Amino acid sequence: MVLEKKNLLSIKDLKKEEIQYVLELAESFREVSTRDIKKIPTLRGRTIVNLFIEPSTRTRTSFELAAKRLSADVVNISAKGSSLVKGESLKDTAKTIEALGADAVIIRHSSAGAAIFFAENVKCKVINAGDGAHEHPTQALLDLYTIKEKLGRINDLNVGIIGDIAHSRVARSNISVLNKMGAKVTLIAPPTLIPVKIEAMGAEVAYDFDRVIGKFDVIYMLRIQTERQNESLFPSIREYAKLFGLNLERLKKAKKDVLIMHPGPMNRGIEISSEVADIPQTVAAEQVTNGLGIRMAVLYLLLGGGAVGEVAV
Amino acid sequence: MEKLLFKGGRIIDPANGIDKILDISVESGKIAAVGEDLGSAGFKVIDVKDKVLTPGLVDMHVHLREPGREDEETIESGCRAAAVGGFTAIACMPNTNPVNDDSSVTEMIIDKSKAANLITVYPVAAITKGLEGKELSEMGELLQAGAVAFSDDGKCVENDRVMRRALEYSRMFNVSLISHSESGELSAGGQINEGYYSTILGLKGVPSAAEEIAIARDIVLAELTGARIHFTHVSTRGSVRMIEDAKKRGLQVTCDVTPHHLTLTDEALIEYDTNCKVNPPLRTKDDVEALHKALAEGVIDAIASDHAPHALHEKEVEFSAASFGMIGLETTLPLMLTKIVGNGILSLTQLIEKFTIAPARVLNINKGTLSIGSDADIIVIDTKAKVKVDTDNFLSKSKNSPFNGWELNGAADCVVAGGKIIVEDRKLVNLNPMRNV
Repeated sequence: MVLEKKNLLSIKDLKKEEIQYVLELAESFREVSTRDIKKIPTLRGRTIVNLFIEPSTRTRTSFELAAKRLSADVVNISAKGSSLVKGESLKDTAKTIEALGADAVIIRHSSAGAAIFFAENVKCKVINAGDGAHEHPTQALLDLYTIKEKLGRINDLNVGIIGDIAHSRVARSNISVLNKMGAKVTLIAPPTLIPVKIEAMGAEVAYDFDRVIGKFDVIYMLRIQTERQNESLFPSIREYAKLFGLNLERLKKAKKDVLIMHPGPMNRGIEISSEVADIPQTVAAEQVTNGLGIRMAVLYLLLGGGAVGEVAV
Repeated sequence: MEKLLFKGGRIIDPANGIDKILDISVESGKIAAVGEDLGSAGFKVIDVKDKVLTPGLVDMHVHLREPGREDEETIESGCRAAAVGGFTAIACMPNTNPVNDDSSVTEMIIDKSKAANLITVYPVAAITKGLEGKELSEMGELLQAGAVAFSDDGKCVENDRVMRRALEYSRMFNVSLISHSESGELSAGGQINEGYYSTILGLKGVPSAAEEIAIARDIVLAELTGARIHFTHVSTRGSVRMIEDAKKRGLQVTCDVTPHHLTLTDEALIEYDTNCKVNPPLRTKDDVEALHKALAEGVIDAIASDHAPHALHEKEVEFSAASFGMIGLETTLPLMLTKIVGNGILSLTQLIEKFTIAPARVLNINKGTLSIGSDADIIVIDTKAKVKVDTDNFLSKSKNSPFNGWELNGAADCVVAGGKIIVEDRKLVNLNPMRNV
């Protein structure tokens, strides 16, 4: 299968069948990571640039490992070490990277729409690894993969996303993809952290976590950025943790086998208590592992193509 | 100066309530006669059968960028762009560098515009020194130097006391203060209209309330002081509702709207087109409908382009880093003929009023009329002309228009300013062959 769109800039770029295919492919790639020699030659000779203008550890490392396991050459560029700090425009960065012969660029940027802008300025493939509060499509794919692996399906599941929806690209990509795959999404946060008209994206909104927690098959906790408190978006971390944090007490009201997810990095004691973070139902670490397979699949599809059977694993 | 006689055109002159097939003659830079079958002896006769003749258009909100950003626009290039757009009088905003808060800047603008020898430029001077919202600029002196109104456009005079004093002080001159209405606290960091599109695009929104709170305050202060206030680039349903109410109560309140707020919604931002990043932001379909209604009912007095030139490198960047603003001098008339008259929102006569006598009254200038003896500023509109917007052909030094490629109907074929033909067949006539422009 060849993806219809050349780039992965938004999760909306992928059709339902394409998403299913990425998940299948990730499954077959995951096996590679369990080998002693964790490498296949699929993308040998290809150059992939990890352009991380906003700091990130897990996503950058995940993409880097994914590319390396496919035998691609990987170059990491971060804001600190690049000419962007010397005032170079993103357009010129794009032109420069293109001139160096990159086959794909993975971009993380603090400005919404930056990946789209970057893609307009290069001919090579572009993968959005998070642009401001807009999208983080590979995160949505790895979350989908994790849910499917753990619960066997996506369709008809009730998913609660709790936290700073307003500033979350993870929430936006997940609402989109979960809807597309037939799940029902409820967003829970104080109104100051819920962006206007989010319901139109296909999500319900609730403010009382305790009242709705019982219906969820999946509880997805978002990181609360402590600096938001200074913007008066909520009165205190203490009150936030009390009303919206997931602790053992609150978890009693949830379905017994509810799946607990977190994109990381966690703030233990704020959105999730340390006890809850460490129970087996909480699959944050597995999400990270699955991310590797998903990113291998995405890189393979954008740079290689071909059916799963053709993959030289 | 050549004597001109335009024969057989449809004359639309809202100032005098004329909409009729008539001849019009020009002598010594003034309108000499308007009537049937005027004698042609000694005149250069221009056949304008099937064309519409109106007063030269007035754009009361333009950024000429000179002094300070001559790479984006100069007084001369702005005048050229205005002329081919059908505008024979423009008012330029004071947010230049240095700010037009000093009579020397006002005089420089007027001198340079006279040297350009095309159209009339009316400087709008700053309400407060340096647009800082603290101390009043020397209004009396600025008016003597040629300023016609005051504005801190680009910024709101946030301090209630300062705005009150500015309105009060301006009363003795009977001039309009032009309010850029925006609560900076509510709009801080905002990129586009707060709504569905800001949410799905992950961009910080500017709520309608940011504009409406500022308008509400200024209406209250206009009532307190009895001064004249003009709200520029109104963009929301709530704004026009409050302005309608203020007008009904007899306050000296006027307002204008931009062509882009009448024709585009925030949906235009779906691909993060930085040319659609403007302040106030493009609003919702519901707001646009309210603006159309307010325009038709006369709540909105004028249409003004808010021509805001920006260098390419200020727009070819990630969205949050892009400057606010779009240019409009060369698209406004065709756009409004097509989308506002063409779609039946205004009659042609009503549209011409919003571009001529209405803004002229707000600015207290003797323009926008074909009255005998007034300046011979006339445009000949071919309402059937097919126009494909091409920013490469713009005379403006900047290209930041989202309308590039749009196919529109109607344009100014011929423009006469002060009795001289400055545009013919939609092209600028070279009046200054010795000058390298």
